[in-house]
Amino acid sequence: MVQTITRIPVANLSNLKARAGYSLKIDDKEIALFRTSKGQVYALENHSPHPKGGVLSEGLVSGEYVYCPVYDWKISLVDGLVQAPDTGKVQTYAVDIVDGIVFIVL
Amino acid sequence: MKKLVMIGNGMAGVRTIEEILKLESEQFEITIFGQEPHPNYNRIKLSNILQGDASFEEIIINPLDWYKENHIQLFTGESVVKIDVEAKTVISDQGREVAYDELIIATGSQSFILPIPGADKQGVTGFRDIQDCEKMIKSAQHYKKAVVIGGGLLGLEAARGLLNLGMEVDVVHLMPNLMERQLDPIASTMLKAELESQGMNFLMEKETVEILGDERVTGLRFKDGSEVEADLVVMAIGIKSNVEVARNSGIYVNRGIVVNDFLETSVPHVYAVGECAEHREIVYGLVAPLYEQGKVLASRICGKVGEPYEGSVTGTQLKVAGVDLYSAGEIFEDGTSTKSIMIYNEFEGVYKKVLTRDNRIVGIVLYGDTKDSTRLYRMLSKKEDISGTSVFQMGNNTEEADDIASMPNDELVCGCNGVTKGTIVEAIQTQGLTTLDQVSHCTNAGRSCGRCKPLVNQILAHTLGDQFDAAAEQKTSICGCTTLSREELVAEIKAKGLTSVKEVMNVLEWNNEEGCTKCRPAINYYLGMIHMDEYKDDRDSRLVNEKMHANIQKDGTYSVVPRMYGGVTSAADLKKIAEVAEKYEVPLVKLTGGQRIGLFGIKKEDLPNVWEDLNMPSGYAYGKTLRTVKTCVGAQFCRYGTQDSMALGIELEKKFERLDTPHKVKMGVSACPRNCSEAGIKDIGFVGVDGGWEIYVAGNGGVDLRAGDLLTTVKTQEEVMEITSAYLQYYRETANYLERTSKWLERVGLDQVRQVLGDKKTVKTLNERMDQTLKKYNEPWKEAIESEDIQDKYYAKHTIKVGE
Ligand SMILES: Cc1cc2nc3c(=O)[nH]c(=O)nc-3n(C[C@H](O)[C@H](O)[C@H](O)COP(=O)(O)OP(=O)(O)OC[C@H]3O[C@@H](n4cnc5c(N)ncnc54)[C@H](O)[C@@H]3O)c2cc1C
Repeated sequence: MVQTITRIPVANLSNLKARAGYSLKIDDKEIALFRTSKGQVYALENHSPHPKGGVLSEGLVSGEYVYCPVYDWKISLVDGLVQAPDTGKVQTYAVDIVDGIVFIVL
Repeated sequence: MKKLVMIGNGMAGVRTIEEILKLESEQFEITIFGQEPHPNYNRIKLSNILQGDASFEEIIINPLDWYKENHIQLFTGESVVKIDVEAKTVISDQGREVAYDELIIATGSQSFILPIPGADKQGVTGFRDIQDCEKMIKSAQHYKKAVVIGGGLLGLEAARGLLNLGMEVDVVHLMPNLMERQLDPIASTMLKAELESQGMNFLMEKETVEILGDERVTGLRFKDGSEVEADLVVMAIGIKSNVEVARNSGIYVNRGIVVNDFLETSVPHVYAVGECAEHREIVYGLVAPLYEQGKVLASRICGKVGEPYEGSVTGTQLKVAGVDLYSAGEIFEDGTSTKSIMIYNEFEGVYKKVLTRDNRIVGIVLYGDTKDSTRLYRMLSKKEDISGTSVFQMGNNTEEADDIASMPNDELVCGCNGVTKGTIVEAIQTQGLTTLDQVSHCTNAGRSCGRCKPLVNQILAHTLGDQFDAAAEQKTSICGCTTLSREELVAEIKAKGLTSVKEVMNVLEWNNEEGCTKCRPAINYYLGMIHMDEYKDDRDSRLVNEKMHANIQKDGTYSVVPRMYGGVTSAADLKKIAEVAEKYEVPLVKLTGGQRIGLFGIKKEDLPNVWEDLNMPSGYAYGKTLRTVKTCVGAQFCRYGTQDSMALGIELEKKFERLDTPHKVKMGVSACPRNCSEAGIKDIGFVGVDGGWEIYVAGNGGVDLRAGDLLTTVKTQEEVMEITSAYLQYYRETANYLERTSKWLERVGLDQVRQVLGDKKTVKTLNERMDQTLKKYNEPWKEAIESEDIQDKYYAKHTIKVGE
């Protein structure tokens, strides 16, 4: 299988506000972009792993976690892992910041 | 990679896989076949579902994503019909053939259905899986009379559930005593009396010989010739291991699939675990021993030399509200070698019996008070010599502490979830846990059947030592991020002059720097309550609905409900709503319970445009604030109306809209005591009488159904506004965040509230603080339309096309 790596510019870092989630659609991938209060930027699949889960972009951001807005699951922005006692994992995407431009690496 | 295949996607099997993944996550390519169309769920909780304490979603143990993450190929709704032990493959009912290096059979068991005429009629079911539960719940909606055959654990739990579902329930039992395999006649009699008082009817010593009816069951006939009516029959007389596949494939089967101490069957590379397996002539029917088997099997399959499985003594508990019983081991004296120790307090309904042989406990029956169960069970399973010890403890704490101290770290505390003392202690120490809830949350201990909760609490007490009492006093801390209670938090904010959520968490040393979904909205509320119009709201500390000013729906779309003051609208507004509904192809337009119109299924990115087109204020249908003021037509048009209910309703709604309150607030105004606006079940309700208004408070029409209490009767509309404002402000200042007025009033007491509102000066200052608070609010939809920043941060969806 041929793997292609694509770097997609998605935002200006200066436009992203701390503790906020943004929703992006890249082709047919729904992605949530978060900026933490420490300035880190993370990209995750915009879908909670809860069986009836919805989007994550509107969840409350605390440190390096986001809480799923509908079922309150706590999800790590760093590795996408759902925190105990719930389990599951959200796909994460690598983020690259060059000259103030935020890229998502697919 | 070796191929591992498992037949059966149930509790014992999947636990075994979890144990294997813990040991060797990369060694196997795993495939699981499950007959049921669900991921692995907590079968134990089917009783709770029936009794209305849990939903199907809540009992899923391993969601589909878990299988995905662990690269497990799962085929649900697909049964294995044949094992070819020569070729080492399995074949499914859909013709799928999968090869294995190692094969686990974990097919569990099924309800034993009496082989009597009529047993195949509609309305006859076992009690084993989600489908059975659904059948019972559905029957309860259409039929009245249920008969449960079997007065054992499952039968009684099913019967309790059917009572909760509103059915009349008879329990038919063959023997003279209920649960006769777990209880002696004394305990059994006590149980029967309790269940009878809960509304169960017992038909004892009856043998069912026929099920009557045409297509659907209409009744039962017993051996003695008597009959009883039934619209639903639940058979709970026992279980039967699912052994067909194994037997047909030449694997040795007795009552279950026979396994040795390493869970190996008679065929190499084929293992069995769970309720389908028979070990030393015992087939277990409770999860604890099955999880022990799973652990042993996991090490065996991973090629580790582990301890063999040598059998278990199981303890039983009945999951029926109001019944506290526990039983383990032998029940009956054998007349020669056993001696029993008994306490029987008929007056208080407590009975405890311990059966001993050679100075060791061999059986336990507890009724009415089971707090000794875990300790006695441990003495039983460890075969401790009890000479010189008092078996039943009478509030002797030192001994309890010694017990915990001497308990080895690897001892299983929560059998259902396989949690050891060591795991619990470590979680308490490394994660700074102080309450039982937190421990359950982090370790899973106590989250299934709940029997171990007292022991978990003792471990917590022992681990925290002197800290424990302090922690217990602060049980009401607002969340796990702090030990502060609401009162302390509010006092600290005032004393230290804290003005932002961040500052609060910083200065008051939150152990979780940026808080959680419990404390952040609460702090934001308290700050707004204290600093009134000087506080700048922290929108990102609000949860999704309030942050977005719209209700999120389960598919990620939102609903929009514009304000319709007092439920009064106009042709112009209706036209606007209709046009918006058409333009945005709104999937659902519905009248809400609060007398207004909801537009459901709107995309996030359309919200600002929809609001702009509507050009109406937000109805705050999503907020912890005033929702609606429901009104009747009143004196303007109705011949019974004594007061102008619409005018009062509109005035109330215009004054208090947008106000932040600890929880949502609903009001209702009726123009006469016929009370068409149902003001008696509103947070505040107004009923017009000749010459004035009655004000009712703390009604609730939802989960905590409660009729409002009459607070006072006043003469004029001005007085109504003044009292309402003071009452609301007093609630805002003294309630816990997320405490509805109904709960709050019961906590502080109606008399106390009357006293506060009876003082003219207090009423005035409360009104002043209310008015000052109300100054700060802006219309949020308008704000969003006018601010690009808000739109970009909250409502934009950036679509990027990469192309191929
Ligand atoms: C209502 C109820 C209440 C209970 N309460 C308690 C309690 O309080 N405490 C306690 O310890 N235990 C309790 N139990 C018992 C406990 O649920 C079982 O002991 C446990 O589920 C057994 O696990 P298992 O994996 O052996 O079987 P199961 O959980 O039944 O799993 C077996 C799975 O294999 C599937 N299967 C069967 N044949 C095939 C095939 N050929 N191909 C593919 N799949 C197949 C079945 O459909 C099933 O999903 C309760 C059970 C019930 C029904």
